[in-house]
Amino acid sequence: MVNYQHRDLDRVFAALVDPTRRAILARLEREESLSISAIARPFAIKLPAVMKHLDVLGDAGLITRSKSGRTVDIRLSPAPLRAAMDWLERYERFWSPALNRLAAYAEGKEAEAQASEAAANQTGAKSE
Amino acid sequence: MTSLTLVRRIAARPSIVFDALTTAEGVAAWWGPQDLPVILAEIDARVGGAYRVRFRTLDGLEHEAFGEYLEVVRPERLVMSWRYAFGGEPEELGRTSRIEIDVRAVDGGAELTFTHAELRNEASRASHDWGWTGSLAKLARLLADTAREPHPV
Repeated sequence: MVNYQHRDLDRVFAALVDPTRRAILARLEREESLSISAIARPFAIKLPAVMKHLDVLGDAGLITRSKSGRTVDIRLSPAPLRAAMDWLERYERFWSPALNRLAAYAEGKEAEAQASEAAANQTGAKSE
Repeated sequence: MTSLTLVRRIAARPSIVFDALTTAEGVAAWWGPQDLPVILAEIDARVGGAYRVRFRTLDGLEHEAFGEYLEVVRPERLVMSWRYAFGGEPEELGRTSRIEIDVRAVDGGAELTFTHAELRNEASRASHDWGWTGSLAKLARLLADTAREPHPV
């Protein structure tokens, strides 16, 4: 299994930032392989622009190309996406429980603050 | 750009949430991936001030993270650098990343947006807009179903 370096991950995330590229990946996820013109069809952009997007996806390792006759078939290559997800999950496992405890702690402090505010209001009302 | 964004609704006013983020007592109450006591929390929450937090994980290992406060806007925004002195993932050692926290008042309390990003370029901004945990997670789940391979170690 390929060991993904941070530089590679950066490339994957950078590729995923663009909505057109995400749409391309989503379509490739549904269909096993597509020709470049089939990929370009739903988009209101010119073929060279689509080619550029495919270059970015290819550099990130997210797609593979193979020639069949006169057309180029594009396929999804899911391993880099999974490496990106692993990265995210590792950090999520770290921070998500911490933020839950943060919320519980702050909510406890809020309850204390409200109780002491209520007590202060009562003594205030009594002294009037 | 590699970054993770998490959003939490908290039933507490923003100033209380902010104190939980910027006092030693507060940080000691929540920091770390597991429900274990924080060993050390030193917090100097002003721009240029430093923090140091040492915690233990269930495997018995100790980890220490430290960094500097880059933005402190009470009670709404906190930005700090993050680096492991020891512990953490091997690949993280010697790397500096960035934690950005925004606290916004909402009905019934505060909404906290937490982002852990790497500090290497400003492209991270663009990636925040998308929210990785949403559509990417969905896409990756679909992919996991269609093509199973052993996990990278």
